[in-house]
Amino acid sequence: MARPSVWLARVRRVDVWLPKVVVAPSFAASLFFVYGFIAWTVYISFTGSRMMPNYDLAGLAQYERLWNTPRWFVALENLFIFGVLFMVICLVIGIVLAILLDQRIRAEGVLRTIYLYPMALSFIVTGTAWKWILNPTLGLEKLMHDIGFTSFEFAWLVDRDMAIYTVVIAGVWQSSGYVMALFLAGLRSIDDEIIKAAAIEGAGPWRTYVGIVLPMLRPVFLSAFIVLAHLAIKSFDLVVALTAGGPGIATDLPATFMYSYAFQRSELGLAAASAVMMLITIMAIIVPYLYSELRSERK
Amino acid sequence: MRRRQTHGIVRPKSASNTFLRWLLFSILGLFALYYLMPMIVMVITALKPLDEIRTGTLLSLPQAPTLEPTFRAWGSACVGVRCAGLSPYVLNSVMMVVPAVAISTMLGAINGYALTKWRFRGADLIFGLMLFGAFIPFQVVLLPMARTLGVLGLAGSVWGLVLVHTVYGLAFTTLFFRNFFVGVSDGIVQAAKVDGAGFFGIFFRVVLPMSLPAIVVTVIWQFTQIWNDFLFGIAFTVGDSNPVTVALNNLVASSTGVKEYNVDMAAAIIAAVPTLIVYIFAGKYFVRGLAAGAVKG
Repeated sequence: MARPSVWLARVRRVDVWLPKVVVAPSFAASLFFVYGFIAWTVYISFTGSRMMPNYDLAGLAQYERLWNTPRWFVALENLFIFGVLFMVICLVIGIVLAILLDQRIRAEGVLRTIYLYPMALSFIVTGTAWKWILNPTLGLEKLMHDIGFTSFEFAWLVDRDMAIYTVVIAGVWQSSGYVMALFLAGLRSIDDEIIKAAAIEGAGPWRTYVGIVLPMLRPVFLSAFIVLAHLAIKSFDLVVALTAGGPGIATDLPATFMYSYAFQRSELGLAAASAVMMLITIMAIIVPYLYSELRSERK
Repeated sequence: MRRRQTHGIVRPKSASNTFLRWLLFSILGLFALYYLMPMIVMVITALKPLDEIRTGTLLSLPQAPTLEPTFRAWGSACVGVRCAGLSPYVLNSVMMVVPAVAISTMLGAINGYALTKWRFRGADLIFGLMLFGAFIPFQVVLLPMARTLGVLGLAGSVWGLVLVHTVYGLAFTTLFFRNFFVGVSDGIVQAAKVDGAGFFGIFFRVVLPMSLPAIVVTVIWQFTQIWNDFLFGIAFTVGDSNPVTVALNNLVASSTGVKEYNVDMAAAIIAAVPTLIVYIFAGKYFVRGLAAGAVKG
């Protein structure tokens, strides 16, 4: 270079806009594929679209239809049952396992690996396995009969009232190890001195955990709750693989409801309205959380 | 246990201590069995001939172990009307996952770098807006995406899925690299600038080589997510272009003829093997992705 200072200045000028140019495609993609698409879906939910999108506004007609559809209530009720049980059981198992594993266990690494591996697998794979285990005639029931419990009955999978609980069983199996990992990391971050101090004060193990350790893990509870709620609302694969929404529509969730109306029944407007309801629910949980996270990060 | 240890739940008193240790191990062992059971059942069922499945039970070991169901699941089982096993769909998944992971990781890396080391006005806002994409329920983008893929001529193709996974993976990859680069000292970048290195020079020669751990985590996480995806696969592909998860579901759900549970289980194992291998050999990085995913969910 003959005149390095000029060259350097040019490089610097390039470097002012280059970062923006580099981020631009991703940003544009997210504006289009996230915000643009959400806007489209919201708009369609206010139209009378059925088979094909129809851009004439029809007010809240689709929402009225949605809330007059008995199947939507089945889906909501199921989401409530599934969501509450799934979150509570995952939290309980996760916390108990984390505390037990925290006792300086020799095989900790192996156990942790075993508890967490379901998270690495697809719901479709594990749903297939669970469907086989819960099979009313060949699975668990036959196993118990052969062991000698001939009166053992287990037909939840094909029972309208009980099928949703089989989804809970498989869902908990899949996600409780994750909660365990979150809490274990939380426990490890607590200063040993605090626990020692509690022991010197004469607090028993139960009081140490319930009175001192768990309250310190509030942030972990919060993020576990957010993740589990998010997983529950989005649950789709698990239901499809395990029960396909059946028997009948007994295990429908909002996610399977939306898919069915969008792609099988060609009710675009109604499907869009149900998707918007899902979005609103998730945002009600996520936005305050994200906001507080980003704020605390800035401090 | 040594007396000094106050960290445990049990305060050291030898007799009750031994008992409690046993209790502890039994509980942990029972849970381990609970988590392992589906995998054990899958493997032993896949190794049994069909008549042994009818006569035996879930947990009875195969009397005459056979790989025949596995070969059928791989090469000749019928998915819909096509009887070529899962192998063509495994190929679809590979063709989808490789470009989608590569592109979303590369873009995430350069975004994270630009957003942290070349902070410009609005960088935080842009990041915040992009991050939101990681939290939406995908049901809200299914319909417009289906139409967009149709317009682009990508409907029902593996390339359509590559686009979808790249786009919706960006929020996470950007988040992950941004968090990583925030922890990298600005001094290194400043020094390189003084030496006359430009935006890309610093990226390729300084920043990228030191972000290898972040790349590994992102690749593993994206690979697992995309390989395991079912929703986009079932919504945007048809028949021959199905990824392996969708094909597996079709195979298992098909109701024609005798139900071959052993072939179903072997097929499930085939679909699980890639992510399982990744988990076993790079579990540490997978867990780190999970930790970052605590924000992603």
